[in-house]
Amino acid sequence: MPIHEQSLIRPENLTTHDQLVVDGVDVSGHWSTFIQSRVVTDYNEAMQDEIAALPGGENVHRCWQCGSCTNSCTVNAINPEFNPRHWIYLVRIGMESEILRDKDIIWQCVSCNKCTYACPRDVVPEGVMKALSHWLELKGHVKPSPSMVFDQVFSEQVFQHGKIEEGRVMQRFFKRTGQSLNQPWLIEMIKRMLRHLPVGMLTKLGLATLVAPRTSGWSGARAAIEEYVHEQEHKRRRALGLDALIEAAKRDAGPATAGEGAR
Amino acid sequence: MTTLKDKYQKVAYYPGCALEGTAHSYNRSTQEVGKALGLDLVEVKNWNCCGAMEVKNIDPKLQTYLSSRVMAIAATEMKMDVVMAPCNGCYHNLKKAEYDLAHDPTSVEVVDRLSQKAGHATYEAGQVETIHALDWIMHGIGEDGLKQRLKGSLQGLKVANYYGCMYTRPRHIFPEKDKGPGTESTSKPHFMDDLLGAAGAVNVEFPLKTACCGGAHTLSDSDMSTKLVLNILRTAEAAGAEVIATECPTCHSGLEMHQVRAEKKFGQPTKVKILYFTQLLGLALGLSPRQVGVHENISDSLGFLREKGIA
Repeated sequence: MPIHEQSLIRPENLTTHDQLVVDGVDVSGHWSTFIQSRVVTDYNEAMQDEIAALPGGENVHRCWQCGSCTNSCTVNAINPEFNPRHWIYLVRIGMESEILRDKDIIWQCVSCNKCTYACPRDVVPEGVMKALSHWLELKGHVKPSPSMVFDQVFSEQVFQHGKIEEGRVMQRFFKRTGQSLNQPWLIEMIKRMLRHLPVGMLTKLGLATLVAPRTSGWSGARAAIEEYVHEQEHKRRRALGLDALIEAAKRDAGPATAGEGAR
Repeated sequence: MTTLKDKYQKVAYYPGCALEGTAHSYNRSTQEVGKALGLDLVEVKNWNCCGAMEVKNIDPKLQTYLSSRVMAIAATEMKMDVVMAPCNGCYHNLKKAEYDLAHDPTSVEVVDRLSQKAGHATYEAGQVETIHALDWIMHGIGEDGLKQRLKGSLQGLKVANYYGCMYTRPRHIFPEKDKGPGTESTSKPHFMDDLLGAAGAVNVEFPLKTACCGGAHTLSDSDMSTKLVLNILRTAEAAGAEVIATECPTCHSGLEMHQVRAEKKFGQPTKVKILYFTQLLGLALGLSPRQVGVHENISDSLGFLREKGIA
């Protein structure tokens, strides 16, 4: 059975009859389990191109479904639902509805690169996972994942100052994701960290959280990076047709508002 | 012909952000070990973040640019041939940038455009060689050279050597690895085993040398990271290890942090100590625990090391 057909044997797609006799043979209960027939019409034919237009997804078309990625996957070993091979297949045939079933776990790829190491076709499955996570967020299927929030908090500091300071990144990340710093394990960790530290070192660490370390003469690089980020964001929105969708929505809304005004 | 040994006597040093923060003990011990071995480090002037594991998820080409700037400064402003990065993340990103700039015209074009706008020289592939602290000591001094300089010993300390993800994967960005005897292996790395073995440690059979600690999601998916780390800690203990030696600040802080988290949040305590390999080498070279920053680690190994007669 091709991997995408596994949806056919999900409980909601199976029917059994409590009482059924066929040609005089009693096939009640599980003897009469049938797969419901179904017709798929909602393929997103642009899906592979959309993923390939996002960074990391460029090589998705090269996959020949050997399964080395899933076999080597760190996250799959913990959660068997996390299946890069399956998702790559779904992207390639454009089965968007099936991808959306897993929309809340795709971001969990830890970028260990085992899949990229193992892949005989240079698909860079790790990159495809990131492209797919971006795609889900850009299309509005999910809100930015904790991982994306972390990437943003981190990158903002790099772009702004040239360097990061871990304490700051952590504080901002906890704030933006609405988590408390008052967690027993975190307090215990800080306690252990402080056990042997000399006072001079503590002062230095404390100062670093107040005054961000920065690369001097960074303003030129910052301007160049910001311009590039802006340009790439625009390019991605265009590749996914997001601006056109918004324009169309505005056009649809347009006459209705005018009509209301005339009334 | 200059050998690697000659080349690595004086290298540009790229500590990176983590080594100025939570991994201060790695920074300190690397520099102290360099001094004790007579290897010179010259810090890259005015360096910036390499992009770590995060910037690539905003845009991979920006990570290439950030890493290229560090190499450009080392090559053009400092006239250095070799950049040494002790952090796996920095090392990996500089290697990746090197590979991309040698093979991908779009990366070259983007890096050139950004470098010009930022007002510094564009890095060209091949201007510097990026190496890890392990390469630096392995090729700059070697096992025999290290043995000659030992002032103490690791006294049969049982060590699990943990290399993490970024030191070996993906293979193609490390063209110098997997080239037979004397070179590093991407499937079974051994430089840390070799060096610590030479310093008197007993390396246990540890199957998770290149397993992932979940470092990229250490805060954003903490439960996943705790599971991955706990597996590493338990496997090391089952293999008989007293210490896990690390070579990456993300791995190291991940192991330390989730060791505490596993204990406090999930009631799963583990005893194995976590130390940077440079800290262990430093102790064998006769440096004091304070000099190599043992007191800065969260994993409290001072008492244990004294008991063992190593510190």
